[in-house]
Amino acid sequence: MSRTFLLLLQVLVAVVIVLLWHVASSTGLFGDPKTIRFFFSTPVDVVTRIGTWFAGGTIWYHLGITLLESALAFGLGSVGGVVIGFWFARRPMLAAVFDPYVKAANALPRVVLAPIFALWLGLGIWSKVALGITLVFFIVFFNVYQGVKEVSPAVLANARMLGMNERQLLRHVYLPSALSWMFSSLHTSVGFAVVGAVVGEYLGSSAGLGYLIHQAEGVFDVTGVFAGMFVLMAFVILIDWIVTKVENRLLIWRPRPATAAG
Amino acid sequence: MVRLALVSQDAPGARERAVMLDGVRITFDLAGGGTYEAVDTVHLAVEEHEFVAIVGPTGCGKSTLLNAAAGLLKPSAGTVRIFGEPLSGLNRRAGYLFQQDSLMPWKTALENVAIGLEVAGTPAREARDRARDWLGRVGLGAFCERYPHMLSGGQRKRVGLAQVLIRDPKILFMDEPFGPLDAQTRLIMGDLLLSLWSTDKKAVMFVTHDLEEAIALADRVVIMSAGPAARIIGDYRIPLARPRDIAEIKLDPQFHEAHREIWHALKEEVLKGYRQGDRS
Ligand SMILES: Nc1ncnc2c1ncn2[C@@H]1O[C@H](COP(=O)(O)OP(=O)(O)OP(=O)(O)O)[C@@H](O)[C@H]1O
Ligand SMILES: [Mg+2]
Repeated sequence: MSRTFLLLLQVLVAVVIVLLWHVASSTGLFGDPKTIRFFFSTPVDVVTRIGTWFAGGTIWYHLGITLLESALAFGLGSVGGVVIGFWFARRPMLAAVFDPYVKAANALPRVVLAPIFALWLGLGIWSKVALGITLVFFIVFFNVYQGVKEVSPAVLANARMLGMNERQLLRHVYLPSALSWMFSSLHTSVGFAVVGAVVGEYLGSSAGLGYLIHQAEGVFDVTGVFAGMFVLMAFVILIDWIVTKVENRLLIWRPRPATAAG
Repeated sequence: MVRLALVSQDAPGARERAVMLDGVRITFDLAGGGTYEAVDTVHLAVEEHEFVAIVGPTGCGKSTLLNAAAGLLKPSAGTVRIFGEPLSGLNRRAGYLFQQDSLMPWKTALENVAIGLEVAGTPAREARDRARDWLGRVGLGAFCERYPHMLSGGQRKRVGLAQVLIRDPKILFMDEPFGPLDAQTRLIMGDLLLSLWSTDKKAVMFVTHDLEEAIALADRVVIMSAGPAARIIGDYRIPLARPRDIAEIKLDPQFHEAHREIWHALKEEVLKGYRQGDRS
């Protein structure tokens, strides 16, 4: 199948859905349009709302806050995950002692922590960052731990025979291996950073996309909820696209399924 | 008919001994409890500038023996001496071309070759220039910027060879370096290896399961018995003149003589190895 044809089909799906939505909310074909409008709003209203948000400029502030929280959660969670993951992998005794606690902490659904973080850190950005960190940290931690553990024994023995000392092994063998595992989970960890931020905002804040959606829900403003969701979706897709670019750059040495020129 | 001299281990060698395995025994602890005796009391000396090939059926302990000589594995009994000194820790005077792929996948061919110099303190610039030069010598001048996964198996082995030789080790361990290659490439690689070796004649321990290759390349061919408790059961000096051309030397009558005699000894061990494999 050609690329353009595929793209065409993909666009077609969106068009059909929007069209159905439009027909349902403006004609009596699927039932009372008033009721449908109440529960689902209308595509025109939603687009108008998004337009007003961007035209008025208010949305940029909220997007900025959510982006800042996500970035901080991702950055701090990753650094923590890399450091602790490395440390544990190089100290099997330490890893063995803490193993049940790490598992227990990771088993906890993070949403329940949101009120506690709000209590400890207030309703500003830091309670959201903290929530994001608890999500990002474990993903990075497990991947880095695995990455250090899974270094090929042959590569390691070879590096030793080439005269590397412990520090050089860390830099030239363990770290690249660990980072490659971390980068391969980049989509997940970045995604979770955004989830942490938005859920945190949703549960109590005064700014951000989660706050916007929560606000709209509070007054049964379905148009606002849908508009918020679409902006959030676009936001996540954009970030995901950037991550893909970064990933391709960083993991250039990795064999990829479709590397043959074509 | 020319009898091949069996090399006596305690004959006083005129040259210094680069590697000396003295009563080396290697026993592995098995994961499920119990032990497996892989290598039983091996005496083997490799002189300076000597090219020794080690041939034996699969699983007999050839890699294990090299690992012991490289200091990656401590023998359960016996000592390893390198230039007369007992080995403790890694063998710093040896280069080791491993049986498995062991290039760092996150470094380009050039970086992989240069790293051995860089970690020894050579300035990065100079290390890279010399690495480029070495890649040229193994015929990969145009592949400097490729990552290992973009190279063929044979090309990876050549990068590995450059990676090891650039450090100019006194001793070279090679574990089935041409194992996964096709017959023609093996010939070319063999010639390449001999031409590189002839410039400074390092002491070489070359593991292979291809007897013809062993005879064509080496000064001495050492035969190991099938495991468990593998031993050295033959040690033959190869009287073929150097420089050698691997393809042509296989037509030499002396080559056939040597091959016939060694094969006779090896055949029984290979069969024994198969029978043991069937039983387990
Ligand atoms: N870590 C280990 N624990 C237990 N047994 C081992 C271990 N490493 C090797 N062995 C056993 O020791 C024997 C020798 O292994 P080795 O890898 O040296 O064989 P080899 O002669 O190099 O074989 P091949 O030609 O197939 O590479 C084998 O029977 C193998 O199963
Ligand atoms: Mg082997």
